[in-house]
Amino acid sequence: MVDRGSVDTRVRIGDLVLRNPVMPASGTFAEGLAPVVPFERLGALVTKTVTAELRGGNPTPRVCEVGQGMLNSIGIPSKGIDDFLEHTLPFYRGFATPLVASVSAPSGDAFAEAVARLDAPGVAAIEANISCPNIEEDGKAFAMDPRSTAQVVAKIRRATKLPVWVKLSPNTGDVASVARAAEDAGADALVVANTILAMSIDIETFRPRLGNVMGGLSGPAVKPIVVRMVYQCARVARIPVIGCGGISTAADAVEYMLAGASAVQVGTATFVRPTAMLTVIDGLIQFCARKGFARVADLTGAVHDADMTVDTVEVAS
Amino acid sequence: MGQTISFQPVRLGAAPDGSAPVGPAATAPVAPSHIADVLGVVVSHVWLNDEYRHLVLEAPEPAPLARAGQFFNLECPHTAEDKPFLRRPMSLYRADPVHGIVEFLYKVTGVGTRGLASIKVGRTMRLLGPLGVGFSIPDGARSIVVLGRGVGLATLAPLAEMAAARGVGVTAILSARSAATVMSVERFAAIGATIQIVLDQDGTSDPANVERILREAAAVGRADAFYTCGSNRLMLLMQRLGRELSIPGEVALEQQMACGLGMCFCCVRNFSVDGVVEARRVCTDGPVFRLDEAMPW
Ligand SMILES: Cc1cc2nc3c(=O)[nH]c(=O)nc-3n(C[C@H](O)[C@H](O)[C@H](O)COP(=O)(O)OP(=O)(O)OC[C@H]3O[C@@H](n4cnc5c(N)ncnc54)[C@H](O)[C@@H]3O)c2cc1C
Ligand SMILES: Cc1cc2nc3c(=O)[nH]c(=O)nc-3n(C[C@H](O)[C@H](O)[C@H](O)COP(=O)(O)O)c2cc1C
Ligand code: FES
Repeated sequence: MVDRGSVDTRVRIGDLVLRNPVMPASGTFAEGLAPVVPFERLGALVTKTVTAELRGGNPTPRVCEVGQGMLNSIGIPSKGIDDFLEHTLPFYRGFATPLVASVSAPSGDAFAEAVARLDAPGVAAIEANISCPNIEEDGKAFAMDPRSTAQVVAKIRRATKLPVWVKLSPNTGDVASVARAAEDAGADALVVANTILAMSIDIETFRPRLGNVMGGLSGPAVKPIVVRMVYQCARVARIPVIGCGGISTAADAVEYMLAGASAVQVGTATFVRPTAMLTVIDGLIQFCARKGFARVADLTGAVHDADMTVDTVEVAS
Repeated sequence: MGQTISFQPVRLGAAPDGSAPVGPAATAPVAPSHIADVLGVVVSHVWLNDEYRHLVLEAPEPAPLARAGQFFNLECPHTAEDKPFLRRPMSLYRADPVHGIVEFLYKVTGVGTRGLASIKVGRTMRLLGPLGVGFSIPDGARSIVVLGRGVGLATLAPLAEMAAARGVGVTAILSARSAATVMSVERFAAIGATIQIVLDQDGTSDPANVERILREAAAVGRADAFYTCGSNRLMLLMQRLGRELSIPGEVALEQQMACGLGMCFCCVRNFSVDGVVEARRVCTDGPVFRLDEAMPW
């Protein structure tokens, strides 16, 4: 046992030291949570993906629930980077918690340009959401293959001195190779992962339940899949991996950290319980105290698997 | 039911300082200063008819400080058959800050509301709120008209009480399928509203008849502002008359929600603002909007 008060919750993501490993997932967090969650208690703050161009987003309905999870086809409604710099950023400057700006773009050059503009006081790191379509590859998402990941991350890397976190997509056959490509191209951390492409049909009306027909699955339903991906990425990457997918309790966060995550992001759970992130932080401390871990960071990669082998062709060497 | 969302930039709603967007019908700021996820205790939960239930909760502040037109995001209990995952938005039906009470009136429609219907007196449930921008009554208004249908009447009842408390007269037009499904008549009666019940059953709910009643109210000077909730057809009618007779108005709208806090952008609707179509979030920019800017659904 370790005294709860003496558990060191700090984690390091590259050059950034976070007061604890718990932060929101992009698109599930905004200014509106401030009355319910003290932002000073979180490890970092992550904004909704912003794009340079103005975007309206997808037709409604934009969400539906599916068992213990949900589908969303919000798209990326965006008021542009100027609006982000003028209105969103100043709000967050009032909090002593590092702000991570999530950004997306339709091509490598557009990504570089957008990232450069986000290098502003108050932005602690960039999260590059590369799960979006690449217009130079017929709309195939950058994160679907290692080559286009390498190309776009290299361009982003050259465009900024800020730490670059690259958010991977689970919609790829070989996430470990994509992770390696991102690291080799200069990423400082990996966020694993975005939502899983999915679909649901209303059997009374025979209509797809989302206005966009398909959407991204998130919530508890995705957790085992993404824990596996974090495990795969952490085994091949030297940079920190941030786990994201279906985390709603401290137990979920612990599982991700044991699999190799240095920090975690909480998304959908905040919709169900707006204070979920606080519960995760408190529970992590309790868990460490109970298990005798003096530092939360010591959970990272602590899974006991040395005597086990993985029999799958998908694990990249 | 799908709506293609405007590619215009989405404008921010209520400013961070809590001030409400300004419109002709805007008076005091009605955005909440205070939102919390609190645990309520069920003190009463009864069927009003075969579809509608009335839920009364004892809940700590800020819940009972909710204003007419605001809503809560309710965590609906699971049952053996129904496992609602997301919360469900419900309008405030009544708030009593003195006794720490909030009430909801809801229609049992699907997974979430069936789960909600299972909760027993004495049990606890989480409610996030008060959320959104509520109704406002223009300064100097002496008399207003509220027009609602179905469960929309539940949303308008606290508005009528707010008006009465300020000495503003109320004409309430209550539309329903049949006499058995008209709700909240006693609430409107208790504040001395002039009540007109219109039904599908006898054809009185026909838009032409409702239009006649609205024009009459305007003609005798009892329509300084219009309010509506619960029907696309009635909203369009009131909007047309409001424009013609220069009567300001507000409408309470619904859209499927997830977060209720302006974060997820799933609850957007299109609005026509000075001829430009603009997407807004129902949860934080509304759910109460200027009647003249609303678009049919
Ligand atoms: C601000 C706001 C206030 C509301 N106030 C009330 C109220 O006071 N009383 C009341 O009975 N209902 C109210 N509603 C509607 C209520 O939230 C939905 O009826 C409820 O979410 C349906 O959930 P369900 O799981 O029972 O049905 P589901 O199985 O989820 O769906 C049943 C049907 O309802 C539709 N639906 C689902 N969610 C919504 C929604 N949020 N708005 C409109 N339709 C929806 C679905 O598309 C489907 O057709 C309000 C909605 C909003 C946005
Ligand atoms: C409504 C919604 C909107 C989202 N928007 C974004 C986004 O703009 N950018 C992004 O990188 N991920 C976005 N995501 C994905 C989340 O950040 C996260 O990767 C995913 O939901 C898995 O985590 P969870 O299961 O904890 O929600 C969104 C997810 C949801 C549910
Ligand atoms: S419900 Fe999430 S933005 Fe309105």
